[in-house]
Amino acid sequence: MAELPTLAEQATIWRRLVGARIRADWQYRTSFVLFTVSQFTAAFLDIVVIVILFSNVDRLAGWSIAEVAFLYGTATLAFALGDVFISEVELLSHHIRQGSFDRFLLRPVGPLLLLCGQEFAFRRAGKVFQAVLVLGVALTQVPVDWHAGRAAMVVAMVGVGFVIFGGIWVIASSVAFWAVEARELANTFTYGGNFVSHYPLEIFSGWLRRLVTVVPIAFVSYHPALWVLGRKDPNGAPGWFSFAGPLVAIAVVLVARVVWSSGIRHYRSTGS
Amino acid sequence: MAGGGSGHIRLYRAVAGRSFRRHSTYRAATLAGAFTNTVFGFIQVYVLLAVFRVRTDVGGLDAVDVVTFSFVTQGLLAVMSVFGSLELADRITSGDVVSDLYRPFDLQSWWLAQDVGRAAFQLLFRGVPPFVVGALAFDLRLPADAGVWAGFAFTLVLAVGVGFAWRFVISLSAFWLLDVRGLVQLSGLVFVFFSGFLLPLQFFPGPLRAVADALPFASVVQLPVEVFLSRHRSLPNLLEVLARQTAWLVVLLGLGRMCMARAWHRVVVQGG
Repeated sequence: MAELPTLAEQATIWRRLVGARIRADWQYRTSFVLFTVSQFTAAFLDIVVIVILFSNVDRLAGWSIAEVAFLYGTATLAFALGDVFISEVELLSHHIRQGSFDRFLLRPVGPLLLLCGQEFAFRRAGKVFQAVLVLGVALTQVPVDWHAGRAAMVVAMVGVGFVIFGGIWVIASSVAFWAVEARELANTFTYGGNFVSHYPLEIFSGWLRRLVTVVPIAFVSYHPALWVLGRKDPNGAPGWFSFAGPLVAIAVVLVARVVWSSGIRHYRSTGS
Repeated sequence: MAGGGSGHIRLYRAVAGRSFRRHSTYRAATLAGAFTNTVFGFIQVYVLLAVFRVRTDVGGLDAVDVVTFSFVTQGLLAVMSVFGSLELADRITSGDVVSDLYRPFDLQSWWLAQDVGRAAFQLLFRGVPPFVVGALAFDLRLPADAGVWAGFAFTLVLAVGVGFAWRFVISLSAFWLLDVRGLVQLSGLVFVFFSGFLLPLQFFPGPLRAVADALPFASVVQLPVEVFLSRHRSLPNLLEVLARQTAWLVVLLGLGRMCMARAWHRVVVQGG
């Protein structure tokens, strides 16, 4: 096998792929604009739902709307970054079914990099913009005495969340290596996980709370936010959970690597 | 253009039957989808129940109503194909639609028959499972008597019709846009929000509720679910619901035919 490209070379390849993709999408201008608008709207609707809920109650399980918006803002920004850079991996099932995944294995670049670059969609940036907007407003509204440590935690939440969501995207999409039709299963963990991370974990029942502690969505926004907001988990999660994010993120990446590479080994092209 | 007649009825019935069978071949996809709908049902239920920790009633709905609402709507998500487009759109983009145009059937009726077959399959295999699982975990409200069941069946049929008529118009826009994915997504979002999928419309503040009531989407989800919850038990109430749905069905089918007539003038057959 030829020598693998260096990290810098990989970055160049990725930039080229992304550039080509953006130029290609721009050919269908109306659709491009509608898509970007719809991404912004999609994310916007989630926060509208939260606002509507709070038009019916003052507090949700003791959390104010500003506090929930803080959860929403950090989690959604992390998720949106994952959506921009990693969610392309969802198209794995499409390529496997079409038989076009073979092509990815024949190039001298990692198939994951190639897939994420080639299927890049600028429109997803609409969601990032919306998340920054909500987070910005939430940060000014939560009753927090800001200092460097808390500010650093907010930045870390977004970074850690991006890695966790990215890892979950890779793991969940890898299911396609074994069951190509079960594409929607991945949505449960990616979009479902994102949805859960908008709300204080204590509103969910025990099994769901345990599930998102293992699938580690709870470490994206809820546990670190408890520390930032000076709240306690009513279900008695240990205080160090708030700082476990980076370790959890590393664990998710390791699992994703194992799942992805065993998926590649398991891959057989379509027979047709 | 071809008219009615018993031969045509047989044709459309066969089309619907084949469509049903075609969808029944995607077993893993159906299972994965039903699982995803069920999990989302649970997540939505816990969020809504958090509201009922401090309230006993929102717009006349109690906790049992909203839990039922969540599982019925999750069951209807695939039936109404909220985020789906018709394959018709792909056939327009690829140009295959030309061969449909010189076949001796009515294009709108053909696709309606296809969609009815699909909806019937989804109702059985994507609609029932989330509800059954939900009923095992929570107290759900079943229709009060046989009359309500019958009313629900009627509203469901009309809802499928309205949902189809809307997506038919969206799909025809491919004649002008070529790439309809952006519009399909945007339409899906408007649909999902104003139909009551994200939240029962009873939660909406007044002005937003008025907008939702003026749009066709409530006819596809909110109204059938309200009928299911036995909220339109008296015959005049039920007839009012059915009349509202029928009005939208007629308007949207008519709009579809208008778009069709215009689109035909744009069709250019390439000789190559």
